[in-house]
Amino acid sequence: MKAGIWMRLRGLIRKESLQILRDPSSIAIAFLLPAMLLLLFGYGVSLDAKHVALGIVVEQPSAAAASFTAQFSNSPYFAPQSFPNAAAAQTALSHETIDGFVWLRSDFARRVAAGQDPDIGVYVDGINANNARLIENYVQQSWADWITSQADLAGASNPVPINVEPRIWFNPAVSSRDYLVPGLIAVIMTLTGALLTALVIAREWERGTMEALMVTRVSMHEILISKVVPYFLLGMGGMAVSVTIAVFLFGVPLLGSLLVLTLAASLFMLASLGMGLLISTIAKNQFVAGQIAIITTFLPAFILSGFIFDIGSMPAPIQVITHIVAARYFVSILQSLFLAGTVWPVILPNLLALLLMAVFFLGAARLAARKRLD
Amino acid sequence: MRRAARLCVAAMPPETDAAPLVLEQLTRRFKIGKRVVVALDAVSATTAPGLVIGLIGPDGAGKTTLMRLIAGLLRADSGNIRVFGTDVAADPLKVQGMIAYMPQRFGLYEDLSVQENLDLYADLQGVAPEARAARYAELLHMTGLAAFTTRLAGKLSGGMKQKLGLACTLIQPPRLLLLDEPTVGVDPVSRRELWAIVDHLVRGQGMSVLLSTAYLDEAERCDEVLLLHEGKLIGAGKPSQFTQAMAGRSFQVRAANISKRALQGALSRLPGVTDAIIQGEAVRMVLDAGINPGIVGESGQADAVITPVPPRFEDRFIDLLKAKAAAMAIEPAPSAKPPAAARAPAAQPGTEIEVSHLLKRFGDFCAVDDISFTVARGEIFGLLGANGAGKSTTFRMLCGLLPATSGSLQVGSFNLRTAAATARGRLGYMAQKFSLYGDLSVLQNLRFFSAAYGLTGAKRNARIDWALREFELAPMRDATSRDLPLGFKQRMALACALMHEPDVLFLDEPTSGVDPLARREFWQRINALADSGVTVLVTTHFMDEAEYCDRLVIMGQGKVLAEGTSESLKSACRDATHPDPSMEDAFVALIEADSARSAAQVRAA
Amino acid sequence: MLHRILALIIKEFLAILRDAKSRMVLIGPPLIQLVVFGYAASFDLNHVPFAVYDQDRSVAAQDLVAHFTGSPAFTEVASLKSDHEIKSLINSRQVEMVLVIDPRFSRDLLTGKAAPVQVIVDGRNSNTALLILGYANAVITAYSQRWAATHGLPSPPAQLDPRALFNPNLDSHWFIIPGIVALLTQVVTLLVVGLSVAREREAGTFDQILVTPMRPLDILLGKSIPGLIIGLAEGSVIILATVFWFKVPLHGGLAPLYLGLLLFVFSVTGIGLMISSLAATQQQALLGAFLFMVPSIILSGFATPISNMPVIVQDLTWINPMRYALVIIRRSFLEHPSFTSLLPQYLPMAALALVSLAAAGWLFRKRAV
Repeated sequence: MKAGIWMRLRGLIRKESLQILRDPSSIAIAFLLPAMLLLLFGYGVSLDAKHVALGIVVEQPSAAAASFTAQFSNSPYFAPQSFPNAAAAQTALSHETIDGFVWLRSDFARRVAAGQDPDIGVYVDGINANNARLIENYVQQSWADWITSQADLAGASNPVPINVEPRIWFNPAVSSRDYLVPGLIAVIMTLTGALLTALVIAREWERGTMEALMVTRVSMHEILISKVVPYFLLGMGGMAVSVTIAVFLFGVPLLGSLLVLTLAASLFMLASLGMGLLISTIAKNQFVAGQIAIITTFLPAFILSGFIFDIGSMPAPIQVITHIVAARYFVSILQSLFLAGTVWPVILPNLLALLLMAVFFLGAARLAARKRLD
Repeated sequence: MRRAARLCVAAMPPETDAAPLVLEQLTRRFKIGKRVVVALDAVSATTAPGLVIGLIGPDGAGKTTLMRLIAGLLRADSGNIRVFGTDVAADPLKVQGMIAYMPQRFGLYEDLSVQENLDLYADLQGVAPEARAARYAELLHMTGLAAFTTRLAGKLSGGMKQKLGLACTLIQPPRLLLLDEPTVGVDPVSRRELWAIVDHLVRGQGMSVLLSTAYLDEAERCDEVLLLHEGKLIGAGKPSQFTQAMAGRSFQVRAANISKRALQGALSRLPGVTDAIIQGEAVRMVLDAGINPGIVGESGQADAVITPVPPRFEDRFIDLLKAKAAAMAIEPAPSAKPPAAARAPAAQPGTEIEVSHLLKRFGDFCAVDDISFTVARGEIFGLLGANGAGKSTTFRMLCGLLPATSGSLQVGSFNLRTAAATARGRLGYMAQKFSLYGDLSVLQNLRFFSAAYGLTGAKRNARIDWALREFELAPMRDATSRDLPLGFKQRMALACALMHEPDVLFLDEPTSGVDPLARREFWQRINALADSGVTVLVTTHFMDEAEYCDRLVIMGQGKVLAEGTSESLKSACRDATHPDPSMEDAFVALIEADSARSAAQVRAA
Repeated sequence: MLHRILALIIKEFLAILRDAKSRMVLIGPPLIQLVVFGYAASFDLNHVPFAVYDQDRSVAAQDLVAHFTGSPAFTEVASLKSDHEIKSLINSRQVEMVLVIDPRFSRDLLTGKAAPVQVIVDGRNSNTALLILGYANAVITAYSQRWAATHGLPSPPAQLDPRALFNPNLDSHWFIIPGIVALLTQVVTLLVVGLSVAREREAGTFDQILVTPMRPLDILLGKSIPGLIIGLAEGSVIILATVFWFKVPLHGGLAPLYLGLLLFVFSVTGIGLMISSLAATQQQALLGAFLFMVPSIILSGFATPISNMPVIVQDLTWINPMRYALVIIRRSFLEHPSFTSLLPQYLPMAALALVSLAAAGWLFRKRAV
């Protein structure tokens, strides 16, 4: 009896593996898709404002104005353009040729010399609020730096009462790629995991092979295990490709333990595959299975995982919803593992959550898959 | 293996010696849309071991449901099933250990090779590794697949897939073998080979087989038959019992001075005639019990030649259906109605379809290889062939769905290659699966297709009313078409294809799976259309339907193997072994001669 | 010809709307997603958990902390006694920021020296980190000003006067939610159109249409107009929710918005039909739709600006209709764009629509094989 189980499992797993090898699309989904998406998004997705087209309006040229505006031309963040007056800059802003402008009025040099407030105008295009806020902060910082350095040069006391000393831990260069790439791995693997399995059981129903399987002595456990094992290996392969690209191509540091990464990835993969299997078992046809997979995987993983939008800032009910998105836990683990190291207080609760989700989805798939047609 | 199995039987408690299959008051309902369909209605039967039991009935009769119930894949609403004494509902795993089941599409993994499919099923059935080599050799020999073990199952022909599916279910020889429509969509040559294997299993190995089929002629090859219709068991017994009941009631009628269609129409309208169908140049007639064949004279054909012929299984089925319809006081069977005249008879003689040197290549593969034929106006023309012979490709080119590689295609005065849209306006097309919009109601489908063919205003409404009346669709006008019974779907598909009164009608396997009464009604409409001058081109797997055609071609490997009337094709293969060949004999002879010829060519090359 | 197209359109609507499941796909998920994502997708920070390590323990320092706790952006969750607590708190993500007040803080402040304050932020999410720094700077600047005013010191000369045009409060919902209009309109239109041809191919009804005298142009119009109507309807519902539920102002009026939406839906319909006609099965169509959708969302400027992308990726976005739609929709909501200023967005979308629709029409017959 026991030998029978092994023989059946071996047969099923071999069958599944052969089907994967024969079907280029599953190989493509497992390896090509993650690699392609990671490359595209790794290069394409960035929140760092670099070379921001910033307009500079200097109504009356002066040494002070020149030294202040030189700050912008020397910064990698800005690509400054000069405008003769504020009206011209405003037109450029509304045509979106610049993202914002700094307006030094004619009395700038005089007021600075007199220690008065020079009343600098900073105008930003508020449509992209995030970008606007980052530009504002950059300009503000530049201004603070400039007056401090001016005061130093003049040997005067510091005009700013408080000296803020910013320290950014784990990512001192504040490169958004370093935090986006690990998050992207989670989003992409959610997709791959669910897509890989969402279609496989539905396909067996559609082609009528499930009927033939069910009449043999095979149990539903065995069918599910035989589906999970090969796709798990395939998904982990894709994961390995993604991590390699992240570390060697994008140069994201991997400070944490590789072993923990593998463990977390395995649990996450099991949860994703389980979800795919559940969808597949409930839907029984590839069309519906695919539609559900699209609606329930990509956009939630993109928006609700904390990969790009801060979960802590979401309204409380939405925060509750994010708990059912497996990617949320994996994103958190990945960001810590890559940038901070093996921080158990972050990793442990997330690992537990992933374990629970894997058990839940695989269990639900098992319950939903009955060895009967009705 | 056999010896071991017998020993097992002897050692088991006596109840396992019970009948392979006992059905008791088996009932199963399904919900389709808002309707509740009774798939099986209090079916009871007991079968004897070591026999081929045929489960005969049209689509929707409940055959597949019964198979699935026996295999433990569905649960009955009431009643129970015992397989060798074991209740299926109580211990499905034990039953599944005793049976093997081949589902309709053979249950094969198309992206696995023949050998890999066998290995998988050997693993699943727990066949010991050391026993496999001998078993594989035996099965591969039996199915003739030994030369193809490395080929992917998806690349096999329909007939080979069917045999591989069978081999996979047989690796561990079951005590009861369930085959669900193993011959559907398979050409006559492959059907014969399958039957040879089944006979071998039953006679040589004592296996019990339950085989379902919609082909009534296959009933005569079974040891016993269970006849299902609309979920009810309407007959059970040896096929000979069925045909004996019809003894002396079947005749062939020939009349010199009247067309065969007119004769068939006249005969089928006679009271006392159960059935009348065209067979080549003659009409095959079945009379109600106790009616004298002399009544043919009442149809005005006093000088018709009437010869008694042996009864067929189908005769009894028709007889039973009609008796049932009469008992339930449903309107008289459709064949008793006058034929539907679609239009005034205006058949101008002449050529309607002309195909010359038609060629279609897919890459290196020549699917249709330089074929030519013509179809006269008002003719019913049949296109037959084995699976993969190129008939579907030809058919698709004729309807303008597929561009030809070279050659000319003329429909009426239009060249299909240059004036496609105009030519299409004169065509009606009815696809194999009765492709209609399943989500739309009957009326919405009719509205759509009438507009698609360019009908507007009063004309369109008139045609829709005509279709609802003529095809008796009015009571179902607001039903969602997906949920309709198959016979309705077929009538609706024909109605849609006729909305614009086409001159040429293309029918792609128009009657597959439909019950015999609906098929007769369908052909009656087609005959009436042909009489009114519509040219009909039809493909079919039913050999008796080939007899309804005025002329036909048989295709093999992209070429026309034979062309002519069914009489001429049959007489061409008359020899000592087949003194009175059937259409199927003629077909098989032609295909076999063709494959022998190409094999010889391969050897010579 | 008009009758035929009308019949096709009616049929298409019936096929979509008579089936309860596909009705659901059109109505349920988009609305749920709009609400969930509308609230979730924001770059604004609220209740950032932070800890204070106050080594000074003066009234001035407490006053500074009070400025932080008084701001809705920050929530104090811990007060530290030693600096190794900082590490564990940030590591375990219990706080995102630690405010370290130097022991000399009040003394330096009173003597007119720059009083040192350290702001430590968790850089694992660099965007959040920068935003937290910005918020913290703003709080500290406000504190400095009050300090200067109450202590009769000259106001610090560092008075920047930032003004955000079109979105004065820099509310990022105003940025994201109009984006969701484009996002969901695209997803629904693609799901409806992307599978329509493949589904009919599988059911065999496409052959049935091809044997009627209808020409590819008739079929193309009959297939694309329903997608257009559904896409516009879906977009309208989401626009209504954006204006009346999320209270995003609609300054630009409906004309530029709807012209943009129309062209956008047209081009998405074209791409959907193209994918659908290329695919032999529904599964392929679904995968194709998916493979188009994911990059088109990520590379549209929906969440991250296109100008931050490398040039080669930026060039790729020229063929992404959502890129143009986002600009049009956002500007129509928040500005008064003139027709000419939006022309550079309208024209490429119109071109994409024409090319993809033409390709789809051509593929209908090509793939009929």
